[in-house]
Amino acid sequence: MAIQTATSRRQAAAAPACAGAAARPQGGASVTLRGLARAFGDKQVLRHVDLHIPAGQFVAIVGKSGCGKSTLLRLIVGLDQPTGGHIALSGVPGGEEEPGSSGVRIMFQEPRLLPWERVRGNVEVGLGRDLPKAERQAIATRTLEAVALGDRGGEWPSVLSGGQKQRVALARALASGPRLLALDEPLGALDALTRIDMQRLIEKVWREQGFTAILVTHDVGEAIALADRILVIDQGTIAADLAVASPRPRHRGDPELAALEGRIIDALFNDQAAGI
Amino acid sequence: MSDATLKPVATAAAGAVAFPPEAAIAPAAGEPAAAVKTTRSRAALTGRIASGNLIGWVVPALIVVIWEALARAGYLQPNILPAPSAIVAAAIRLTASGQLPQSIGVSTLRALAGFVVGGGIGLALGLANGLSRLSEKLTDTSLQMVRNVPHLALIPLVILWFGIDEGAKLFLVALGVFFPMYINTLHGIRNVDPQLVEMGRIYGMKQGELFWRVILPGALPSIFVGLRYALGIMWLTLIVAETIAAESGIGHMAMQAREFLLVDVVMLSIIIYALLGKAADSIARLLERLSLQWHPAYRK
Repeated sequence: MAIQTATSRRQAAAAPACAGAAARPQGGASVTLRGLARAFGDKQVLRHVDLHIPAGQFVAIVGKSGCGKSTLLRLIVGLDQPTGGHIALSGVPGGEEEPGSSGVRIMFQEPRLLPWERVRGNVEVGLGRDLPKAERQAIATRTLEAVALGDRGGEWPSVLSGGQKQRVALARALASGPRLLALDEPLGALDALTRIDMQRLIEKVWREQGFTAILVTHDVGEAIALADRILVIDQGTIAADLAVASPRPRHRGDPELAALEGRIIDALFNDQAAGI
Repeated sequence: MSDATLKPVATAAAGAVAFPPEAAIAPAAGEPAAAVKTTRSRAALTGRIASGNLIGWVVPALIVVIWEALARAGYLQPNILPAPSAIVAAAIRLTASGQLPQSIGVSTLRALAGFVVGGGIGLALGLANGLSRLSEKLTDTSLQMVRNVPHLALIPLVILWFGIDEGAKLFLVALGVFFPMYINTLHGIRNVDPQLVEMGRIYGMKQGELFWRVILPGALPSIFVGLRYALGIMWLTLIVAETIAAESGIGHMAMQAREFLLVDVVMLSIIIYALLGKAADSIARLLERLSLQWHPAYRK
């Protein structure tokens, strides 16, 4: 299978944490947060978050629902404004935190495809209007091939399955060759087998393109399968910051990873007990 | 009278009878189910639709045949309900004299002119108020107050203002058409999926591009509902206006015929209105189908 050959090809280059970034063609953006806070009215969702994400790292943010993990992601990509502290992105050309900058892309839990555009047209949305049409079409077709939907470009989104729609959304996010890809529970609505497929696909394109990836998820297993580093968010702060050093591709059921998963779940629930 | 002359009447009567059910959402409900099977056989599908349409014509045709038979047997008085063949004869007579085509032309032109003016203003204000809070705050209250006055109640005032000129008809039709267009456009824009709008912003769409690629296509199904309502109101208004005060057009033709007790011409006028209404609705549905191909409910 194409996915497996691609992963094994890069297996040698895989290294813990962010070491692999330099070898990648485009490189990623690094993200630095200082004293970041966000409140909605009286409710303090994030309080004084300090964080540095080196270029090219795959970071997973886990936490229970309502812990502020999605808010953190929306702040990083510039979809929301912090009430305190600041965010710096480096290595992103053009407007740094400006939404719409082609260097920063986000994928949501819903595919959010335009139902009135064909699949290829939806991918072209990711390219902006500056490129000539022929070039846009060529890039869109190429990107669709990368997510194994090369032959579906002329179809309406409504005929695709949930997993296929999410792959189109991934292609749209990747079309402009982003330096930072934010993933807001993009696999949450998919069935278990499609999820594993998508996880492999995301890992493959991340290895090939070398962007910085920030994945928000409530699935600890998914975080461990994909990430170099896992941040556990609880009650608006980073409760744990763990490196995942296992080589890729990772196998589900690996005892070392299972032990890590246990530790993270413990951390999540112990913190809650401490909070009460 | 031969069978050949009977046929157009059958079509006309069927047009009148079929109008209400077809104007509803029947096609939208029927076709997605059919679309699933498209892969199997397109020919079988079209065959089924054709036979379905034929079945729809059976009842109207039967009514016309019974009607004709009763009239010939002398059960219907010609000065109350003339035979279908007599109505066809009237149509042929009036076509030959040029009165019928001329009346249809005058009425259609009036309807379209009023529709373009009123629908255009409704669409423009609907878009403006859907996109701008300020514009909505400024105009919506006034519009809602005017909306609650039935526009046909303005006929006496309109006659005082415009006489029975073209201006009166145009004004009434425009006023009647305005509100369905306005309200449905506004509703359509308000109900565009905010997640898609957010997506557009994140992907760097500027205001103009966001409007043309996300907001307008998202509002289009609702705008088409407004369009079809407006077309119905357009004919209704025109019929009333022409019947009350006009010097030409189908309504005038009917009123003149009434004075001379020409029941066949009166019946003919009613059938023509039905046919024109049906034609307008069919055109709107065709446009709907062409521009909403992406929508599963409108796909062939």
